[in-house]
Amino acid sequence: MTTEFDIIIVGSGPAGLSAAARAAQRGVNHVLFERTDHASDTIYKYQKKKFVMATPDVLPLQSDMRFEAGIREHILDAWNNGLDEHAVNIRYNAEVTAIAGSKGDFTLTVNGSETVKAKHVILSIGVQGNLRQLGVPGQEWERVQYQLDDPLEYDGETIVVVGAGDAAIENAMGLTAQNEVIIINRKGEFARAKQGNLNAINGAIESELIECYFNASPVRVEPGLLVLKTPEGEAEVKCNRIIARLGANPPRRFVEACGIKFSSDDPSALPELSATYESSVEGLYIVGALAGYPLIKQAMNQGYEVVETILGHPVRPADEPLLEQRFSAIEGMSVDEVLEAIQTNVPLLSHMSRLQLREFMLESRIHRVKPGDIIFERNDFTNSVYSIVDGAVDIQINPNDPSEVVTLRTGAFFGEMGLLSGRRRTATILAHEDSILVETPRRAMLKLISSIAAAKRVIDEAAISRQIQTHLAPNIDPALLDEVVSTATIESFSAGDVMIQEGQTSDDVYLVRSGSMTVSRRIGGRDVVLSYIPAGNYVGEMALLTEAPRSATVKATVASETIKVDAGAFKRLLAREPALKSEIEARFRDRLVQNVEVEQRPDSGDIIEFLVSQGLGEATDVLLIDESLCVRCDNCEKACAETHGGRSRLKREAGPTFGTLHVPTSCRHCEHPHCMSDCPADAIQRAPNGEVFIDEKCIGCGNCARDCPYNVIHMAYPPPPKPGLLQWLLFGMGSGPGEDKTPSAKPEGARETATKCDMCKDIAGGPSCVSACPTGAAIRVNPEEFFSITASAKSRSL
Amino acid sequence: MHESFLVYAGFRYLKIASIMCIAAIVVYVWHSPPDQPNGGTWVGYGLGGLGALLILWLMWFGIRKRRYGTESRLQGWLSAHVYLGLSLVTIATLHTGFQFGWNLHTLAYGLMLVVIASGAFGIYAYVRYPRLMTENRRGITNNEIYTEIGELDRECRQVASAMPDEIASLVLVSCNETRIGGSILRQLSGQDPTCGTARAFAGIRDLAASVGAAHGGDVRKLISLLGKKQTLLSTLRRDVQFKAMLEIWLYFHVPLSFALLAALVAHVISVFYYW
Repeated sequence: MTTEFDIIIVGSGPAGLSAAARAAQRGVNHVLFERTDHASDTIYKYQKKKFVMATPDVLPLQSDMRFEAGIREHILDAWNNGLDEHAVNIRYNAEVTAIAGSKGDFTLTVNGSETVKAKHVILSIGVQGNLRQLGVPGQEWERVQYQLDDPLEYDGETIVVVGAGDAAIENAMGLTAQNEVIIINRKGEFARAKQGNLNAINGAIESELIECYFNASPVRVEPGLLVLKTPEGEAEVKCNRIIARLGANPPRRFVEACGIKFSSDDPSALPELSATYESSVEGLYIVGALAGYPLIKQAMNQGYEVVETILGHPVRPADEPLLEQRFSAIEGMSVDEVLEAIQTNVPLLSHMSRLQLREFMLESRIHRVKPGDIIFERNDFTNSVYSIVDGAVDIQINPNDPSEVVTLRTGAFFGEMGLLSGRRRTATILAHEDSILVETPRRAMLKLISSIAAAKRVIDEAAISRQIQTHLAPNIDPALLDEVVSTATIESFSAGDVMIQEGQTSDDVYLVRSGSMTVSRRIGGRDVVLSYIPAGNYVGEMALLTEAPRSATVKATVASETIKVDAGAFKRLLAREPALKSEIEARFRDRLVQNVEVEQRPDSGDIIEFLVSQGLGEATDVLLIDESLCVRCDNCEKACAETHGGRSRLKREAGPTFGTLHVPTSCRHCEHPHCMSDCPADAIQRAPNGEVFIDEKCIGCGNCARDCPYNVIHMAYPPPPKPGLLQWLLFGMGSGPGEDKTPSAKPEGARETATKCDMCKDIAGGPSCVSACPTGAAIRVNPEEFFSITASAKSRSL
Repeated sequence: MHESFLVYAGFRYLKIASIMCIAAIVVYVWHSPPDQPNGGTWVGYGLGGLGALLILWLMWFGIRKRRYGTESRLQGWLSAHVYLGLSLVTIATLHTGFQFGWNLHTLAYGLMLVVIASGAFGIYAYVRYPRLMTENRRGITNNEIYTEIGELDRECRQVASAMPDEIASLVLVSCNETRIGGSILRQLSGQDPTCGTARAFAGIRDLAASVGAAHGGDVRKLISLLGKKQTLLSTLRRDVQFKAMLEIWLYFHVPLSFALLAALVAHVISVFYYW
């Protein structure tokens, strides 16, 4: 074997394997060094049978190695076959301990003694080789481990899991099946975890399945004992095993010793790289997690691309054909030119790196519109955001007069109000001239907002101004609102938080922009709810107008955001705008009358409180049954089963009742659906009429069912085919009309999928539970209609 | 917001049915046939034809009810079914011309009246019992009540384990011989005269005086537990009763309407055969 190579690849993770396979395929003299005795150690160490995702879904794979979403074992098999198939020159048990030299003349030290030469080096060692250690005395105990392959390997032990991330929670939950589990969290809560894991661990702690030490950190380890520092002093935890899942750091010392510069001194900082993944050392490339791309597919594409780059072949990024297709509406411009135009013209999208923008554009769509084309209409339930790359659009600000418009031009964006509030569109928007628009779906937009602070700031600033304009002062020249807008701030509240306290002396006005609030007053020693304020309404104007202390308490019903409008600025605006002032005074008088009415009929307040406690504060559409009309025929459930392939998504009898008002266990189609928050397959969508539904992309992971606070999503196997009526009648085959036929045992080869109410979005007559109710007991309502329920409260209360 | 099938669409079908009845009465009174009014005049054929069509349409409800995912609401159909069904009393009676006898024709008429009467009871049941059911259950589901009864039984057994045999055996009677539901009559009555819990309760109350002072506290506890169980049982039995009331009339309404259909066909054939 020669000791001089054209390309040496260090690390056989997804990126390294892909690079080596490409080099082999190109017939390049190469070697792939792997520290352990098997390829792809990080994935090798995943929990057995772990389902590995292939995100981002839209990104195509460009590699000689195969990869698709599946269980760990299948992926590893495919890669091992790939190594043989391409005759990759891989050396196991070969740890590269030093890299010296420069392009064309690198010297690598293997296992501390042997040296090999290379013209180019690709470093794809990931970060998992550098797991964070406990860092306390005694951690050498052989039963301190940083990995868990198979939780069922351990039985009857007391195991301490240290860490609060997803890996720690997944390990802890997996171990509970056969062991006593204690989890140690340095913080007061599990903030970093995915929503599904968060619910799982909090549930397990509450039900005492797992014991948790919060705000505790390890001090030292003795065999069979872990000593913790807790707020109450030192605590000793007896255990048979300690599993620490503390994440990983880039192996900085080794990388720096190769001469590579890092972007900052932060322990999590990444090496500086060029657009072709070349590090500050010419000829030394870094790909994969160490380059900042932890997703398998991205890493594999980079491995392929970097070899092509080294060989001087033109590199066509894997997503190029897709982007070309996306951009086909714009003729005569290359992908790069379009991307350039987007970043130059649209400030909102200018803060992304080119790679981020490519991924963002894969999820977005480009529209070319002509003057007068409707982009979306008022009351649509869509929630994508549009950016104007070139051209202009008109916003119809007055629903009664379509000629009253505000024009937005190149660089502006619109549609963010639907995204933020989770409610219907507030205005119709038409193209003003020939325009090019980028439409970005909710998920990609939320990713942008959460990952790029500058984008969030841009959105927030525009949103405040537009929300104040739309909901508070619709007929005022935007220029006059400058002072009000510039002094306004966004405040966030968790469910149950008090925003305004009765008796307080403050007179700011609050505009509810997402979530909802209840207004209550203390009467006769108890809180009586006076009214319900959904998003898009303001509250607090009473104190402003009367200059008296707050007359009521305002509380968030669910996680909510409000725009706080400064009292002084708002008063000055009212002084200048008598029309607005009289409008707000009229609204104030209405509210006063309404409050008096409710105080005289406290039942209706109780009903609001009941409905809010059932999560209707975040609902957009909910099934309510009037039990004084319901004859318990269960035709609603039968109709649901019949229109959904035999699986009812509704349980009529389950769920709470107040008076005769019953809230059955059925989807509320939340403004910001909890189920959507953590769907790896992006299978949960909102239809234009507001229905939240699960499409065929569902992979059956169950996250949504765990995330739903109302227990309305069920995991079920597909039902067997429905027999004909005669077959059922004469031969007793299968299930009869309206019978739930969800199989209880797993049918051969079947996979569970999530099922939930889709409000019969594909059925012309609307929800079949409602249309099949013979007596009119079942209706669906939206929050705006709550007041008409409470108005009839008196007649229904027992 | 919620709207009963009786007031559906501002009493639309009550209005239609009333207009139809009034029109039928006016025509009937205005029309003076050569001999006495009967089904054989043009008014008689008209009313009879209308009545027969109504009956066929009313029976279609059974099929319509099982068509799910339709564009129109079933509630409107029920509202129409109720009011147009009631209007048949007027239409069909006028069709007879008040000629009754021991024949097939009057049998069909009689069957129709029984079907309508059973339907009228259905309306009464639908208006009265849903609210009573809710009040009776006090926001607890049946499953929760069953769970609680199971819990009470467990406690009773535990207390009884240290008690004299005659008391322990009464507790076993309560646990093993209490039934919910049963025959139709028992369901409809909402009571169970042979209820094991009631017998155990009475028996233990009678024995209370004769057990020693050592068991006094336990006996009081048993009486209180069995008392609680009885309250829950009566809630359950009342629930069964209401549910039965909501359904029992259908066991007359539906089969009799098929009998009516058969009689109606025979009536029509015989009328035209002997024409």
